[in-house]
Amino acid sequence: MMTDRKTPSGLNPPVNRRSVLMGGAALSAALFMPKGLRAQDYPTAQVNTTGLAVTDDTVTVGILHSITGTMAISETGSVQAEKLAIEQINAQGGVLGRKINYIQEDGASDWPTFAEKAKKLLVNDKVASVMGCWTSASRKAVLPVFEQYNGFLYYPTFYEGLEESPNVIYTGQEATQQIIAGIDWVVRERGAETFYLLGSDYIWPRTSNKIARKHIEDKLGLKVVGEEYYPLGHTQFNSVINKIRLRKPDVIYAIVVGGSNVAFYKQLKAAGIDMTQENPLLLTISVTEDEIRGIGGENIEGAYACMKYFQSLENENNKEFVKAFKDMWGEDMVIGDVTQAAYLGPWLWKMAVEKAGSFDVDKVREASPGLEFTKAPEGYVRIHENHHLWSKTRVGRALENGQYDVVYETSELVEPDPFPEGYQ
Amino acid sequence: MTSFANRTFTSAEIIGFLVLAALIFVVLPLGLDTFRLNLFGKYLTYAFVALGLVLCWGAGGILSLGQGVFFGLGGYCMAMFLKLEASSPENTAIQSTPGIPDFMDWNQVTALPWWWEPFHSFAFTIFAVIAVPTALAFIIGIAMFRRRVGGVYFAIITQAIAAILTILIIGQQGYTGGVNGITDLRTLHGWDIRTDDAKVILYFVNAVLLFGCLVAAQFVRRSKLGRLLIAIRDQEDRVRFSGYDVANFKVFVFCLGSAFAAIGGAMFTLQVGFMSPTLVGIVPSIEMVIFCAVGGRYSIFGAVYGALLVNWAKTTFSESFPELWLFAMGALFIGVVLAFPQGLAGLYAEHVEPHLKRLLRRSGDVRPAPGATPAPDAAAE
Repeated sequence: MMTDRKTPSGLNPPVNRRSVLMGGAALSAALFMPKGLRAQDYPTAQVNTTGLAVTDDTVTVGILHSITGTMAISETGSVQAEKLAIEQINAQGGVLGRKINYIQEDGASDWPTFAEKAKKLLVNDKVASVMGCWTSASRKAVLPVFEQYNGFLYYPTFYEGLEESPNVIYTGQEATQQIIAGIDWVVRERGAETFYLLGSDYIWPRTSNKIARKHIEDKLGLKVVGEEYYPLGHTQFNSVINKIRLRKPDVIYAIVVGGSNVAFYKQLKAAGIDMTQENPLLLTISVTEDEIRGIGGENIEGAYACMKYFQSLENENNKEFVKAFKDMWGEDMVIGDVTQAAYLGPWLWKMAVEKAGSFDVDKVREASPGLEFTKAPEGYVRIHENHHLWSKTRVGRALENGQYDVVYETSELVEPDPFPEGYQ
Repeated sequence: MTSFANRTFTSAEIIGFLVLAALIFVVLPLGLDTFRLNLFGKYLTYAFVALGLVLCWGAGGILSLGQGVFFGLGGYCMAMFLKLEASSPENTAIQSTPGIPDFMDWNQVTALPWWWEPFHSFAFTIFAVIAVPTALAFIIGIAMFRRRVGGVYFAIITQAIAAILTILIIGQQGYTGGVNGITDLRTLHGWDIRTDDAKVILYFVNAVLLFGCLVAAQFVRRSKLGRLLIAIRDQEDRVRFSGYDVANFKVFVFCLGSAFAAIGGAMFTLQVGFMSPTLVGIVPSIEMVIFCAVGGRYSIFGAVYGALLVNWAKTTFSESFPELWLFAMGALFIGVVLAFPQGLAGLYAEHVEPHLKRLLRRSGDVRPAPGATPAPDAAAE
């Protein structure tokens, strides 16, 4: 540490802690450099023919999430993951030799604001791509803007499907990917025969339960004994819990979102339904590690969740990712499914740009299908023709410490199918 | 015509009109690119609501915390027409039931509900934009004011109505689009409302409508009705004892305010391209009261400047400090209310108007020019 001290000025060029650190950073950047492409090999006029915010050494992208309002608690993880990815890409030399700058805008949990900010990013700032949105409502609000101004959006949340825009890459799972493998698992491994479906009252839970019901009844020949919806923010689940006790389903299939989760799981526990007994078993597709922080691990212990990523996944990519995430944002961070999907966005964009040799949206779109990302924390993903990702589906069992224990994963990648035949 | 103008406007007000007209019709369109102009067009749609509040609250003393209801209903009526036009069988060929709006298809609705049918007609839509919110305001007004419900109780009830309507819209998602709202609106009679040219034209249509409403509001304020409203605000019982039916006046001004809000809502839908329940609920309704309070609830010009200033600040702050902008907005509100309880208009009346009057008097106009609805005495509050 002594070398960090300032030497008397006038004798030697001043060396201080800062310049030593900077030197170190430059050194490691130089070590990484051979991996990255050099900007001078890709003249700006050639890689940017549509007037995007690309200079000889930088390229600007947008980050558009709610960092204020009710959705901030969910979307903050996505923002953090996207910033981490951007920092890592920059440390490796950037995209086509250009450092990524980002402009962050706040959607403020308000759909018209999302549309306004999306337009600002595309029209005023000319960003080359946008990582953003979380709720379906915000995506629906910005979609016409992206299609009109030919922007390119990386959307991280698992969602209901029924959409396939040329201007969006969906890095989360669509409904059939998330649902079918999980139901098959619970039927095969736990012998489940009767299901009680419930959810928050909006498009995603309703569409998901529609797919679940078709699969349970039409494909598997089993029984749905109840289906109910509650408004967003609802906190009184006693009546449905009583019905569940009356009808004794083998599986409670719960798609409750946001703050309602806290009330739902606490009331289930208070009503004497001990999820660790698995009678009935609870299977959810809406509770990630982020939500468990609010619910409390002890209230949800023993429940199963079906999604593509859990923080506890055992693989090298994930270990590195979790470590880097905690180094950047703090030891007490947890990482949920959507956070990981958000992390994929900047990487998939970088790969598409470098494959296309251009930042132009049309060329990036063309280059995207078929891209394979082997360093994904969830393992390995590939972009489908329909702009969704091939990915594995996994089932995790909630532990008291707020993490999931992965009990099952599909052996192959599951094909995304946003307009599933026979499930509509 | 000139006598009408002389009765309706004082010289100071004519200057106020001209300054505002110059700002909206000349300065903003020349100084801003299409994207920013479209944003200002959006801000101006809130000015309709604030203008209605100046009449209801500033003049009539009726504080409504549910103006978002009328703004939203006007907007939804327009959105239904545009959505039907966007949902032609060719555009929706991938759906299980082509020809109905996409969100209905997602919710397993297989036929267009009967109450959507009339919105195929543009003439009916224009009628409904005004009539539906005004009819609701009329029912609320009759029910409340006839029973002499006023003040805080009225404010609370309007807020409850805003909450109820939001829950209704979100709950009936197969018919209303739910939380997502009605999105992806494209054309009006085949005219693409998403292009830059269309945005500019809509901005001017919006501005002309706003000035129409400003003139109407000014006419009401300068009429006997306007003076009665102020009397009702300050001493309701005395007006009643003088033989006037107070409830009718209140119902009228409440309906007028809601009709203004509805026009704003319809213009919002046209300019922004969608409508959602987030514009109906309690929070936006209170925000609209804030626009009016910042501008000055006794001044019709204040309402417009308030809506412009607050929304411009919101956009600018949130672009510059995405993580801190809410605090800046909070500080702005607290600062304005603490320092200028009469809002921007109060500031104007105190510091600008006296000089202006002196100038006018020198040029020969001796008539006193009250620039705003007289504010009540502190004692009367």
